[in-house]
Amino acid sequence: MGTREQILGAVRTSQRKFVQLPEIPNFAEDPQNLSEKFESALKRLAGVVVHDPPKDFDQFLRKTFPAAKTICSTAPEVQGNTRVEDIGEWSSAGKIDVTIVRSPLGVAETGSVLLSEDELLVNTIGFLAHDIVILLDPKVIVPDIHAAYRHPHFRDKAYAVLMSGPSGSADIGGKTVHPAQGVMTLTVIYWPHNKQN
Amino acid sequence: MKIVDQAANALSFVEDKVHESHFDRIIWMLRTRRDQAAREVPEWEELRELASQIKEHTLSRLGDYLEEFEASATKRGVHVHWARDAHEHNEILYSILADHQVKNLIKSKSMLTEECDTRPYLQRRSITVTETDLGERIQQLADEPPAHIVGPAWQKTNEDIAELFAKNYGADPNNTDAAYLAGQMRRNTRPLMEHGDAGMTGANFAVAESGAIVTVTNEGNADISANAPKLRICSVGIEKVIPKNEHLAVFIRLLTRSATGERITQYTSHFLAPRKGGEMHVILVDNGRSERLGMDNFWHSLKCIRCAACMNTCPVYRRSGGLSYGSTYMGPIGIIMMPTFDVRRYSELPFSSTLNGSCTNVCPVKINIHDQIYAWREVMEEKNQIKFVKKEAMIVADKILSNPHLYRIAATAGETALSALPRFALYNTLNAWGRHRELPHPVKQTFHEWYKENRPVQDGKEK
Repeated sequence: MGTREQILGAVRTSQRKFVQLPEIPNFAEDPQNLSEKFESALKRLAGVVVHDPPKDFDQFLRKTFPAAKTICSTAPEVQGNTRVEDIGEWSSAGKIDVTIVRSPLGVAETGSVLLSEDELLVNTIGFLAHDIVILLDPKVIVPDIHAAYRHPHFRDKAYAVLMSGPSGSADIGGKTVHPAQGVMTLTVIYWPHNKQN
Repeated sequence: MKIVDQAANALSFVEDKVHESHFDRIIWMLRTRRDQAAREVPEWEELRELASQIKEHTLSRLGDYLEEFEASATKRGVHVHWARDAHEHNEILYSILADHQVKNLIKSKSMLTEECDTRPYLQRRSITVTETDLGERIQQLADEPPAHIVGPAWQKTNEDIAELFAKNYGADPNNTDAAYLAGQMRRNTRPLMEHGDAGMTGANFAVAESGAIVTVTNEGNADISANAPKLRICSVGIEKVIPKNEHLAVFIRLLTRSATGERITQYTSHFLAPRKGGEMHVILVDNGRSERLGMDNFWHSLKCIRCAACMNTCPVYRRSGGLSYGSTYMGPIGIIMMPTFDVRRYSELPFSSTLNGSCTNVCPVKINIHDQIYAWREVMEEKNQIKFVKKEAMIVADKILSNPHLYRIAATAGETALSALPRFALYNTLNAWGRHRELPHPVKQTFHEWYKENRPVQDGKEK
């Protein structure tokens, strides 16, 4: 008998008496003021929200990230100066200063945005870059994590991440500090779909 | 192996006031934050009940869910392996790494690989393992196991870490600022992560329906480890499987709130298939779990989601430090898990508890931890694993506490001793209680004496 069969056999011999799988009730909060709730939750983990698309996006970038030279955007609304296709090895995405992507989902409860290989194209641009800017249509913000997990990305994509702030660590002294290994800052811009700047 | 004497191990930590108070302050802060986070969710208790039921259901059909997970993951191109024990896990891992000529493995925190002693196993085979979680890296550089399952280095002060980073990274030994030290970690570890030959992570959850491996992290290191190199390996205890995404939502809402008091971590990551151009392996590990599942009194610890809330609330853990347990899992959850691995070695652990029940009250999946600690004490007695002195003391205590007359004599004698004896006679080597604490002040009157005086009984009735 192979290892797999031995483990499964041992598990089935020991299994507990059948317990019914519970129904998960609908806990969805009041779907009002989701963008305000999202912003307040994201702030807890040091994320930043910009309420409207900047009129001059280049100027916004220059002002927000004065040292940034390499900008990589996969969002159709804005142009970077580096094509994601030109990154080469995924491990070399650290040369990007600012990544710009559009997220298909926000979560008000936790201030999270959803990203997958569909948005990032090269997954590592989402955390090896120095900073990340995420465009989010306020209409795609859902109230809570229960609603978030209904998004098809969690079933269909090879990689799906709920990003809820810039990387940080509380491993020294118990209070979160930045940076850790991922992006240094995370900025969400409320930017309706199909709206050009 | 030698029996772990947690109480003896804790002595030096308790006497080290700097580290003891540093650790206690951090751990209690986490406990306080957990309470605040729980209070802001009206359905908190309902979520705990659901989480408990989902886990109990899964453990009643674990074989089916493991097969479903395997089928879902395999369909997406993931290689699924099965390991009966720690040795098999390490052998499988090494054979994958050797097949790909891996020399540098970048690894994110995984308690399972601590359980399997994976790092030394690979290092003996000339594979350099770099821990990429800040706390775990600190412990690796200090050559110590984790002191806490969420924050492995919380037992260390900023000064300890500054000294360690000065020695290993050439950092400023006098700069103890946490942000500076975290920056030093990034500066020194990021290049290793970008050039690793393979990445390794554990798993917080494995979803049967989708085949997703879910990691819950703050630092971004797990996502880098899983995406930067082309080869990615994930070690998963078989109890980590849950049925569907809708169940995952319940656990994600509970986990971080219970662990640190935040609503979520910065990265909640779902890996369903290999990255483009890459290869992904999952090793499903039993290592005693199927045997524990069959233990009528002790299978419940398989519900654990490793939030450490029980550790943070435990007065014994907070004051004696994580390393004193001499085990992979520590605190209340460690006390009930570790004897399932080795009854004799961990026979003393069930006595490192006040049985106050707080661990059970904060557990997000409703494990009856303090009941199990008590049940383990009974097992230790049945298996004759209790030290002679402790056993004799319990026999005496049993006689006194079960006899009101004897109890009153003992209480009066105790009060007299506290009032009359000089300090050196009270605080001696026989008095374990008084070694690090003051004895209670003597009272003029016992409760029984007060009751007799104030509530005299006449004709069987109170006045």
